[in-house]
Amino acid sequence: MDKFHSLKGIAAPLPIVNIDTDMIIPKQFLKTIKRTGLGVSLFYEMRYDNDGNLIKDFVLNTSPFDQSKILVAGDNFGCGSSREHAPWSLKDFGIRSVISTSFADIFYNNCFQNGILPIVVSPENLDHLMTAAKNQIEFTIDLPEQIIKAGNHSINFEIEEFRKERLLQGLDDIGITLGYQDKINAYEEEKKNKKPWLFKKN
Amino acid sequence: MSNQGPKTLFDKIWSEHLVGQREDGTNLLYIDRHLVHEVTSPQAFEGLKLSNRPVHRPEATIAVADHNVPTINRQNIEDPQSKIQVETLAKNTKEHGIQYFDLMDQRQGIVHIIGPEQGITQPGMTIVCGDSHTSTHGAFGALAFGIGTSEVEHVLATQTIVQNPAKNMRISVNGELPFGVNSKDLILYIIGKIGTAGGTGHVIEYAGSSIMGLSMEGRMTICNMSIEAGARAGLISPDQKTFNYIKGRPYAPGTEHWDQAVEYWSSLPSDNDANYDHEIVIDSSEIDPMVTWGTSPEDVVSVKGTVPNPSSAKTENKKKSIERSLEYMGLKPGTKITDIKLDKIFIGSCTNGRIEDLRKVASIVKDKKIASHVQAMIVPGSGLVKKQAEEEGIDIILKDAGFEWREAGCSMCLGMNPDQLKPGERCASTSNRNFEGRQGRGGRTHLMSPELAAASAIIGNISDIRDFT
Repeated sequence: MDKFHSLKGIAAPLPIVNIDTDMIIPKQFLKTIKRTGLGVSLFYEMRYDNDGNLIKDFVLNTSPFDQSKILVAGDNFGCGSSREHAPWSLKDFGIRSVISTSFADIFYNNCFQNGILPIVVSPENLDHLMTAAKNQIEFTIDLPEQIIKAGNHSINFEIEEFRKERLLQGLDDIGITLGYQDKINAYEEEKKNKKPWLFKKN
Repeated sequence: MSNQGPKTLFDKIWSEHLVGQREDGTNLLYIDRHLVHEVTSPQAFEGLKLSNRPVHRPEATIAVADHNVPTINRQNIEDPQSKIQVETLAKNTKEHGIQYFDLMDQRQGIVHIIGPEQGITQPGMTIVCGDSHTSTHGAFGALAFGIGTSEVEHVLATQTIVQNPAKNMRISVNGELPFGVNSKDLILYIIGKIGTAGGTGHVIEYAGSSIMGLSMEGRMTICNMSIEAGARAGLISPDQKTFNYIKGRPYAPGTEHWDQAVEYWSSLPSDNDANYDHEIVIDSSEIDPMVTWGTSPEDVVSVKGTVPNPSSAKTENKKKSIERSLEYMGLKPGTKITDIKLDKIFIGSCTNGRIEDLRKVASIVKDKKIASHVQAMIVPGSGLVKKQAEEEGIDIILKDAGFEWREAGCSMCLGMNPDQLKPGERCASTSNRNFEGRQGRGGRTHLMSPELAAASAIIGNISDIRDFT
């Protein structure tokens, strides 16, 4: 997995609440069997009209936001479906961090699997950051220090230690768990006795 | 969470499945059953291949194609990408020795319909699937939640998942449900009350006499939409109704283990004095048949109500959100819900595509015709639901009324297959999400119960089942 250490750049403002994963990447793009190539379809229905032409005033279609690495969005970002295509499309577009007041659980988890840092801030701080984003002020996100800087604002954020480590080191989660194979096998042996019906082959 | 003292249903399942703690402090939770479908699994199997990892326990996984599949002319999937995805699932499951119900198998259907139908879903289990509506299986007292594709790969490779415990929330609904009010109204009402982020970080346990009085199908509808309230999972304590439902199904415990299983399942309900981080109590007499007016499942109103006015919003954000929804939905504030004219009716989905739902619709539309301007489609949740409905003559009643009778699949709930709304079309839908573009770009979705959708098909407007004769 890609590492995440720090990030510098302008942030795209998307002041909409409850941005769901259908908005982030609509269903017709879920037919792929690859993880890549979805960036062009990110926010498809907001970015393109019925004929597939760019909608010029949508933020990610305007310079310099079409180069954004950061997204600042309203409450409950990423609600809805479990599709990992949502973080895949964000990442393929170039977004490596999303800032909001809250995230849906599955989306939040999926971000970390893909080297994207979702950051939760207070509503007041979101207002500041949204304004800074609109004004094209450069953001600096420092994961080791857990700080977002944007103009005069310096905001500390929380992140669980294991998630931070995984991003910093780009760890392979499955590889780590396979290190506990013996424990998993022992668990299964114990449960075969306690709950044999769960292990009976149909 | 301590090991001592009273425990919730969630606490019990959690501690029973804890394999151990990794050095990074995270918990490894054992997964009893893994359900796999064509859309969120190809990249997971590809990942296994790239790192040369086997599937840890193939017999704990069951696969089916549901999201992409056509509901007519199934022998031929016209969309080449959909076709590749379905074929890829067949190939991957064969390669790893995973049970796969193919498109021609009568057991094929929506993954969350077939789990319970086959008896795969059982109390006390942990169940995951790369689909957010996995919460459905919580109706049996199984801890069931949706995961992303990287986690699908993790479960395939290790039969575990990395998780931290959720918080416990209990929503108790008490009293006899008023006439015309059923499980769909109940869950829409709950989502309207707590909001789409109301359950974030929590597992919601539904309790109280109204909930326990529901059929297993009704309980599944409730748990199914827990994710629409932001919850990780929904749970209902297993009881005799649960055991009766499971008994004799193909994947249910056989006679040799039945009593032992029931004894274990009977130990699962939450202890009386268990602690919840959050408690909500609802009196069911306050609930009406519910309909969504906007583009989030929390945008609900009584069918007797009107479209809200943005100026009544408490915050600027909420006001903007209502304005955006109304514009998308093409609705004016103050419009009576029953004055909203419909173009399409969709009955089906993992929320309301079970036999009980079809029976209700049939009983309402029997000897009637759908309104002439309406197109109505009914998509059974599985091949076996379809077969049963046909044995009961339900298909004839529905077809006589003007409904299209389709093959099983997710269909217009998300419109990955050809079943989609056209821009501006308005649909009464028994599904679970009314997001912008969900059922087709520019399509307008009103979520409601099968009863309301059936009455609405006949009238042609959104209708109150209580006024319908």
